[in-house]
Amino acid sequence: MLKNRCLIAILVWSGFLLSLVGSVRSSAQDKPYFVTYSHDLEEPGNLEVETKTALGRPDGSGKYGATAVEFEYGVRGWWTSELYLDGQATSQDSTLFTGFRIENRIRPLMREHWINPVLYVEYENISGADKTLLEVVGHDGQGDLAGPNSESRREHEHEGELKLILSSNVKNWNVSENFIAEKNLGHDPWEFGYAVGATHPLRSAASGRECTLCAENFIVGAEAYGGLGDTWSLTLGDTSHYVAPLVGWQLPGGARLSFSPGFGLTGSSLARVYRVGLAFEVPQISTWFHSEKGGIKE
Amino acid sequence: MTKKRILLAGLLAVGLLSATVAGAAVLSDRWDHVPAREHGRANPLAGRAEAVPAGAMLYRDHCQQCHKADAQGDGHKKPPLRTDRLRTATDGDIEWFLRQGDLRRGMPSWSGLPEAQRWQIVAYLRSIQ
Repeated sequence: MLKNRCLIAILVWSGFLLSLVGSVRSSAQDKPYFVTYSHDLEEPGNLEVETKTALGRPDGSGKYGATAVEFEYGVRGWWTSELYLDGQATSQDSTLFTGFRIENRIRPLMREHWINPVLYVEYENISGADKTLLEVVGHDGQGDLAGPNSESRREHEHEGELKLILSSNVKNWNVSENFIAEKNLGHDPWEFGYAVGATHPLRSAASGRECTLCAENFIVGAEAYGGLGDTWSLTLGDTSHYVAPLVGWQLPGGARLSFSPGFGLTGSSLARVYRVGLAFEVPQISTWFHSEKGGIKE
Repeated sequence: MTKKRILLAGLLAVGLLSATVAGAAVLSDRWDHVPAREHGRANPLAGRAEAVPAGAMLYRDHCQQCHKADAQGDGHKKPPLRTDRLRTATDGDIEWFLRQGDLRRGMPSWSGLPEAQRWQIVAYLRSIQ
């Protein structure tokens, strides 16, 4: 039942979003990370739409599927802005919208270096029922995901989040490290977390022909993420940690499909969390509203 | 009061000087910044049969949306790629520029593309000059 709901939700969202645009594509340099960020920003004027779905089952609770729909816009070459809309469905419980997030990523250095820093600022307005696991911080654990929706939705998470993203592209490898600090703006301490990842294309040179299963269309890698406690209890006790292989597949129509089975490493973690992502890019959407000469279209 | 004025004038002068230097740096030709080691690099894929068609497909996927199918740009902010400047640039210059981008002026960095694909784009750009 839940699988059907999730599948339908993914298909409806994807169909709806794909119907909005005539021609879509996604950038081959996008990495299939679900939690980790690299220093790749959206190309200026482009809009990328991506669904990130997490499927899991906390101890003592039903299976759930949570989807975040991400709208990522390249404001400048050095600045990307994003809006997330989150929702979830839990088996033998309910389906609900769990809130939104607005984030901005800024590259302070205009050149490419061995290590490229990106500053990340996010505002979250989500409920306690959010299960998208877009980051793991503090003492987050599977207990936070196990409560009935009717109760957890009453918890209001009004949070600010800062990340320092460090990322390197070396010899076709991308290696990224994220350091996370999150604060509930109403109460609660600062919570800390991390995410690290590495990816590599299966083949570096393009073959020069249209193909679906060419090695150049696949990127593989792994990411690890988890909580590092909070300012009230800066310990690793009762923290969750995950390791997750990744695979990204550039589809012929221009979309990108990502998949990642994640494995919990501590008792507080979910035993397994499966993630599926579907992304496509609307090139130069800003020109829909501006003429070629730069003026506003009438 | 006088000290404050002097301080204010000093800060203003420093600000103006910084802005002038920064502006000059931004306006100076990007190619002037290519390190000598990069400038001298030859395209390792030059002459390979698949390099140009592969580069053409990569151009279509990544570059065409701004620089247009005929590589003539949009006549506004997105520059043409069939220019004397590009014709006289070395392979190393172009690959370096693709990798670095020009974030201030809206050119993204393509460092996330595999290096071989950047060289294939260089081969294609050479072929259309």
